[in-house]
Amino acid sequence: MNNSILVVVLASAVLYGTPLLFAALGELLAERSGVLNLGVEGMMLVGAVMGFWAVQRTSSLALALVVAAIAGGAMALIHAFLVVTLRANQIVSGLALTIFAGAAGLSSYLGNDLNLADQPAKRIFHSVLPKSLRDLPVIGPILFNQSLLVYGSWVVVIVVVLYLRRTRPGLNVRAVGESPAAADAMGINVTVYRYVHTVVGGALAGIGGACFSLSITPQWVDGLTSGAGWIAIALVIFAFWRPGLVLIGAYFFGAFSALPYTLQAHGVTIAPELLQSLPYVMTVLALVLVSSAGAKRRLGAPAALGLPYVREER
Amino acid sequence: MTKRKLALAAPLLTLAAVAVAFGIGAGSGLARSAGHRAVFKAAWIYVGPHNDGGWSQAHDEGRLMVQKALGSKVQTTFKENVPEGPQVAQVIESLIRDGNKIIFATSFGFQSAMAAAAKKHPDVKFEMATGTIQLPNMAEYFGAGEQAIYLAGMAAGAASTSGNIGYVVPFAIPEVIRHTNAFALGAQAAHPGAKVKLVWMNAWFDPAKEKKAAESLHTAGSDVLGQNVDSPATGQYAESVGVPWVGYDSNGKKFAPKQWLTAAIYNWGPYYLKRTKAAMDGTWKTGFYYGTLKDGFMQLAPYGPKVSAKTKSMIAAKKAAMISGKFDPFQGPLYDQSGKLKVPKGKRLTIKDLYAMNWLVKGVVGSPKG
Repeated sequence: MNNSILVVVLASAVLYGTPLLFAALGELLAERSGVLNLGVEGMMLVGAVMGFWAVQRTSSLALALVVAAIAGGAMALIHAFLVVTLRANQIVSGLALTIFAGAAGLSSYLGNDLNLADQPAKRIFHSVLPKSLRDLPVIGPILFNQSLLVYGSWVVVIVVVLYLRRTRPGLNVRAVGESPAAADAMGINVTVYRYVHTVVGGALAGIGGACFSLSITPQWVDGLTSGAGWIAIALVIFAFWRPGLVLIGAYFFGAFSALPYTLQAHGVTIAPELLQSLPYVMTVLALVLVSSAGAKRRLGAPAALGLPYVREER
Repeated sequence: MTKRKLALAAPLLTLAAVAVAFGIGAGSGLARSAGHRAVFKAAWIYVGPHNDGGWSQAHDEGRLMVQKALGSKVQTTFKENVPEGPQVAQVIESLIRDGNKIIFATSFGFQSAMAAAAKKHPDVKFEMATGTIQLPNMAEYFGAGEQAIYLAGMAAGAASTSGNIGYVVPFAIPEVIRHTNAFALGAQAAHPGAKVKLVWMNAWFDPAKEKKAAESLHTAGSDVLGQNVDSPATGQYAESVGVPWVGYDSNGKKFAPKQWLTAAIYNWGPYYLKRTKAAMDGTWKTGFYYGTLKDGFMQLAPYGPKVSAKTKSMIAAKKAAMISGKFDPFQGPLYDQSGKLKVPKGKRLTIKDLYAMNWLVKGVVGSPKG
């Protein structure tokens, strides 16, 4: 029963959805403050390589996550400086960040320079719960046969929900994303809010990248996230900028990324090219859906998303 | 700074960041080739990273052997992560502009661009691994993967109790189909009636995808995993769930110390050295090289702890029979998936048949069309 197609697909949905979940929550925080960061793929790759480096050096998974978060955050800081302080075009800066940090960029330079290729991770995130729980029918493999990264991501979802809904800074960041001028008039420091949320977003993207090098593959190769960062960006739009829906969306994409292989192994023949392209087709659809301004408002996009804030131009 | 200056500075800074990114990207491959003018230049093109722990790395070890053997007389360089698309033509042109006189391309998808460049540059020698097009200045080379893969398949068959073996495969091209058939025939030789189940990746090297494929095969009942793709992700998964693993094109023992069985490996170095030397002294001629177990081009990686002494001696006997020519993996009688006789008893497939193979042998579960 636990090896039926449905259970297997749902279990892998959680596993492969987790990096998307971390990265998308990070992007959601940045976007809620009005900063669109298209550099997610680059930040994830730098997080993946630095997290892997840390675990090879220290054999500590906790330290590896911290290093991955710092690395992702540092990349986001570049973006924040360019778009908040220098008011550069957010789309151009984000794309530049992905090109700069991503595959065949900084992340591959670091990985090659630190000689990280062609070796297994010294420690990886394993399932933590006892076997009796993991072997429970249906829910065992899906919910209990997972690593601390998965449970950690659930905590982050709850924290982000509570933060945005129930705390003063959370309400402030929403104000900054909707109307920075009004927020400024209320005495909220728009610059600080945008910096902090962009950098925290980058840190979460870095952890998302580390999910690949410390749990999924678990090794480092150039470009190992293979487009997960872009899916995470689309996921934020899909989820209408709501963290709860990001969780569902991430698992949805996770399921689709594993489905072609599971179906093949179970003898179901659907052209694998078709299934493998599905996550990307959905991404394009999501972007088309929200590309008109009216739709964007209805779907809940922060009104000031992508716009630099200049105080005297009110 | 005034606002206007800021508006100007921001895009400039962004541009600078992009420029730096490209600078680093291009530098990763070229940094190793700085140097002199008068030396002979040889170049390699890889489909994956040069340190992928598999196919491209095996070629790169061959390149390093050339560099070491010929020292300052030769300057070797490589381009890695080159996609099998229009980009490869640009890569070849830039290598020729840089003065490379012999170019080794190491993935099937590079072939048409290589042939086009060979016609355009008669003074440059082209070497195409795994391909079929031969020109006056373009040679083909590969190894009889089927020989060593057959032996690796025997190790997989012997390690399986259920006879349900999973095999992670890249693209449905004759090379991969031939390897898959050899693997299945070897597995059946050691475990009569064994089934080999395929999952197609449509990628040569993608660890995240390969792990998904390995996981899906294992959950569908395979108790041994094998692969014709290039990364050790399948092995890392196999180690984590405790099923034996047969790798491909490199010694993957460090990725699965307990579950490693063996793998077919290619020894490219001697061929590269011979051909580079020939290009340097002007004796280079086009050709079609098909390395075998006999000449040491094809090898079997060292065994892991799960290969029993009995299996080892069984494999050694088959290997000796292949080297002496008494046995060939593709000798009749061979049946296809539907049970139709494809190769009658006493017949063997020719190299031409092997390079056009588009049918899977009996016992393989999956489509030969991908």
